[in-house]
Amino acid sequence: MHSSWTRRASVPVAATLALGLAPGSALAGGTLRIAMTASDVPTTTGAPDNGYEGVRFLGYPVFEGLVLWDLKSADKLADIRPGLAERWEQDAADKTKWVFYLRKGVKFHDGSEFNADAAIWNLDRYYKKDAKQFDPPGGAVAQARNPFVAAYRKIDDYTIEITNPRPLSYFPNMLPYMLYSSPAQFEKTGSWAEFAKAPSGTGPFKITEFKPRVSVTLSRNEDYWDKAKVPKLDKMVLFPMPEPTTRLAALRSGQVDWIEVPPPDAVPSLKNAGFEIVTGSYPHVWPWMLNLAKEDSPWKDVRVRRAINYCLNRDGLVTLLNGLAEPSVGAFKPGDAQFGKPKEHYGYDPTKGKALLKEAGFGPDKPVKAKVMISTSGSGQMLPLPMNEFLQQNLKECGFDISFEVVEWGTMLVALRNAPTAPQALGSDAMNISLPPSTDISQLALYFLSTNAAPKGRNWANWKNEEFDKVIDRIEKSSDPAEILKDTQRAHEIIVDEAPWAFIVHDRNPRAMTKKVKGFVSAQSWFQDFTSVDME
Amino acid sequence: MWAFTLRRLLYAVPVLLGVSMLVFALIHLAPGDVVDILVPPEVPKEIADSLRQRFHLDEQLYVQYVAWLGRLMVGDFGVSFFTGRPVAEELFGALGNTLVLALPAAVLGFLLGIALGALAAYNHGTWLDKLFSATAIIGVSLPHYWVGIVLVAIFAVVLNLLPAQGMGFEGLPTSWEHVQHLVLPVVTLSLIPMGVISRLVRANVLEILSQEFVGTLHAKGLFSRRVLYHTLKNAAPSALALMGLQFGYLLGGSILVETVFNWPGSGGLMNLAIFRRDVPVLSATIVVLAAIFVVINILVDVLQALLDPRMRR
Repeated sequence: MHSSWTRRASVPVAATLALGLAPGSALAGGTLRIAMTASDVPTTTGAPDNGYEGVRFLGYPVFEGLVLWDLKSADKLADIRPGLAERWEQDAADKTKWVFYLRKGVKFHDGSEFNADAAIWNLDRYYKKDAKQFDPPGGAVAQARNPFVAAYRKIDDYTIEITNPRPLSYFPNMLPYMLYSSPAQFEKTGSWAEFAKAPSGTGPFKITEFKPRVSVTLSRNEDYWDKAKVPKLDKMVLFPMPEPTTRLAALRSGQVDWIEVPPPDAVPSLKNAGFEIVTGSYPHVWPWMLNLAKEDSPWKDVRVRRAINYCLNRDGLVTLLNGLAEPSVGAFKPGDAQFGKPKEHYGYDPTKGKALLKEAGFGPDKPVKAKVMISTSGSGQMLPLPMNEFLQQNLKECGFDISFEVVEWGTMLVALRNAPTAPQALGSDAMNISLPPSTDISQLALYFLSTNAAPKGRNWANWKNEEFDKVIDRIEKSSDPAEILKDTQRAHEIIVDEAPWAFIVHDRNPRAMTKKVKGFVSAQSWFQDFTSVDME
Repeated sequence: MWAFTLRRLLYAVPVLLGVSMLVFALIHLAPGDVVDILVPPEVPKEIADSLRQRFHLDEQLYVQYVAWLGRLMVGDFGVSFFTGRPVAEELFGALGNTLVLALPAAVLGFLLGIALGALAAYNHGTWLDKLFSATAIIGVSLPHYWVGIVLVAIFAVVLNLLPAQGMGFEGLPTSWEHVQHLVLPVVTLSLIPMGVISRLVRANVLEILSQEFVGTLHAKGLFSRRVLYHTLKNAAPSALALMGLQFGYLLGGSILVETVFNWPGSGGLMNLAIFRRDVPVLSATIVVLAAIFVVINILVDVLQALLDPRMRR
């Protein structure tokens, strides 16, 4: 797209962008300008990088899955809804098989049709290594987020079947993470690198301009299949702006209308200056995952694990963050239907924490010594250094002698993918990493099932609990929503009571915006719906 | 003169080879690789390893290096592991963006530096000398990213006169609106060269003014302007060497200033490539920047030799 910078001088769109970015310039009829925290424009192929922020902005607005998140309500946890599949059903005779009935009349932005062939072509993109369209990075992400696609086939032009390796009731919840791109556009462009310059999905917005490292412009898709969700905005311009002070200055000077993750220190001044601080309440834990595999791990005793959860001054931490987080006492929030009724009600109770430590053989003369791996920054990590320093001081009063292994984000990811006893863990007794939001049981199963113990899966703590495994097994085999909810509650109760993690805070997904931004509903999810947003 | 230039060019070959080896080795010393950053935390090791094989990251380092060098020799910069885009496209686009900043920053910094340094020396011991010297010291001492943030706070946030961030145009600026985007980063970037050059010029001019030939020039009845010309001509070679180095630094792009102003230049690209462990982008960027640095220094050497025949020996 941009073969030489001198040639680019003549590109007429430059003037448009310059006008859009000029300080205090008038908004041209419904253009929303957003500063993301991403360091680059997320991949525009339908398999966005830059973590789930990439999915939020260059995923759902442009590309869609068979199943989508229902993001219209701020009052309840986001659930799934039909997307490119108008309905689905699990084969009653063989519960490993799911049949998806595809929506008719859906067109990609290039005008080609979405049908079973397009769906299978996309599944090949992610799962078939010798397919022409196989996308190695996109495939790696899809296979990790949805490791349960064993086989798939076309039944007819608008029906496909996907087979799981075992019965899996929560399989539809994992499908919003797999997005569908246009096969016709790929054929036209010839590669994913070229496709990224002229992308084509089925979503409510289409990408009309892409400037690597600078911006991407999404325009309203007038032909969107869901007429009720045709965007109100004319355009949405997204800028990668990883530096918080730069985002703040861009908002304050009128260069953008909306910034993701304002610095907590800036919240009072932003409010005073008339900006809106919008936060959401949803389960997205910022924990310490406790290393239970290490030979001399102090966490092997459940009383020590519970003690740390009682000793955490979560409210103090929330104050430090100016309210941009909320206390976490489990993987779900107490108000969520899935929370259940755990026996342990973690609150700031140092007396109880100290008593538990005493029972476990620790005390003022023999503190619990633990080294926690923390990162200097990273996706979803909020402000790891001051937050952890606060906790270090807080826990010292209770009888924990915490030291840190401060590493760069990449180093932490390497440690995460290896066993907690591997050299990559650098002898750490815990890891502070915010994993993707867990709004349903499918994510919790991935984090806590013993079969997923690292390095095989995401259970870095190497926590093993037979009852939890059995409950998840029951959930996977069940088809009864009431039974699934009851077992989800039980699974969550076990997680809270057994405390394989120190549950610290939930990220509140904060954003700051001008009062000109109207109609935004902060869904109880990491993802958000931009179709209802309008500019005054 | 040609032999001198050719010799300098030949010296550049081992320098660039050394730089490329060093970069390759250093980036592999850092924990993790591009796959660790490219795929999200939830991707297990097994899948990450299969991707690693696809990128040939499982091969011996020297094998990877030789393959990369072989491609570079035929002008193939490769493809970014991270974005899949051609490295040449990313690199030369970013270098162009940096050049747009570096050129005006160099001109501003050098002119101000020479003027302030010469004026300070000519007014040695007066309040003007103190003022200009203090300005130079401030330029060198203040962290320029901090100056950038302060300038943004004043001129973008409080006064709302200039944009806080971003390039706002592509290629070359063609309007006042485009130029507005340049003002703050250019001023920020020019501070260090201004301060460094000013200090050097002041010291050199002072030293030259104390030499006997300057007294002779005055005794022969030359006007002060003519004496100044001779003084500056004598001070030029060392100032030129420093300007060459400073311009090289500016072309490398200041990671900090580009981060503060969200400028899509070579410093930002390098920073991104380091964090992403994007070996093709990082290696190519550093080698090309090193080549530019070497060429600038050769040009400076040649210019110095032209100005001062003693240098050719």
